Amino acid sequence: MAELEERMHLLKRIREIEFVALELNLYLDTHPDDTQALQHFNRAADELAELKKQYEQCYGPLLNYGFGKNPGNTWLWAQTPWPWEM
Amino acid sequence: MWIYEKKLQYPVKVSGKNVRLAKWVITQYGGPDGELAASLRYLNQRYSMPTEKTKALLNDIGTEELAHLEIVGTIVHKLTKDATIEELKAAGLAGHYADHDRALFYVDAVGNPWTAAYIQAKGDPIADLTEDMAAEQKARATYNWLINLSDDPCVTDVLKFLREREVVHFQRFGEALNDVQCYLQEKKFF
Repeated sequence: MAELEERMHLLKRIREIEFVALELNLYLDTHPDDTQALQHFNRAADELAELKKQYEQCYGPLLNYGFGKNPGNTWLWAQTPWPWEM
Repeated sequence: MWIYEKKLQYPVKVSGKNVRLAKWVITQYGGPDGELAASLRYLNQRYSMPTEKTKALLNDIGTEELAHLEIVGTIVHKLTKDATIEELKAAGLAGHYADHDRALFYVDAVGNPWTAAYIQAKGDPIADLTEDMAAEQKARATYNWLINLSDDPCVTDVLKFLREREVVHFQRFGEALNDVQCYLQEKKFF
């Protein structure tokens, strides 16, 4: 149970930072020279990469096609629950 | 190329099964102002866009709409997966059951299947971006009506998130439209 809670907490963090990055991404699409927004975007991207690495080391790949690593000796991608099952 | 991320953009919890609510919410899955129409419209209009800003924006909003499609699909699935035949009948979903069982399908709130006639690509960037802005407003209004209909606070919370995204997209499309207008003006003068 504690593991599930930890996992959900990390996923929530990822969701939050990813939303920050997505919002800044859309904003930068129409404001490409806003250097402050660019700084925020890069900071969010760094934090997101770190969080995703942490998540994948514990719970398996979050992204398919090699954009995330699969730790251990079994293919976790197909075993972890799908978003509509969680 | 798209990479799948095994999580929802916004988490979906439901209070329990609610077949009636699912029958209405599914319109944002496969209805005229739904997320499938939005995503396919924007991703398809990218090819004939003239400026950096408009190409990037249609690509990125078209991609976000796919994430919204998955959120709406998850709501409908969770609200209906344990429904009994009697409950499906009572909610007016006997026809859906006959054709699809409890599977999702791209339909509106009264069961009409999705059609490409919902969307357009005119090749004229002003016309296309104006359509996109209208589409965002129509989607926002649909989420409004769904929030009015919803008797599940958990679902209402997700619908409010999705409604907010339509407002942000409308704003960004407006900026892209200004950009295209400036671009076309310059082209005329130089």
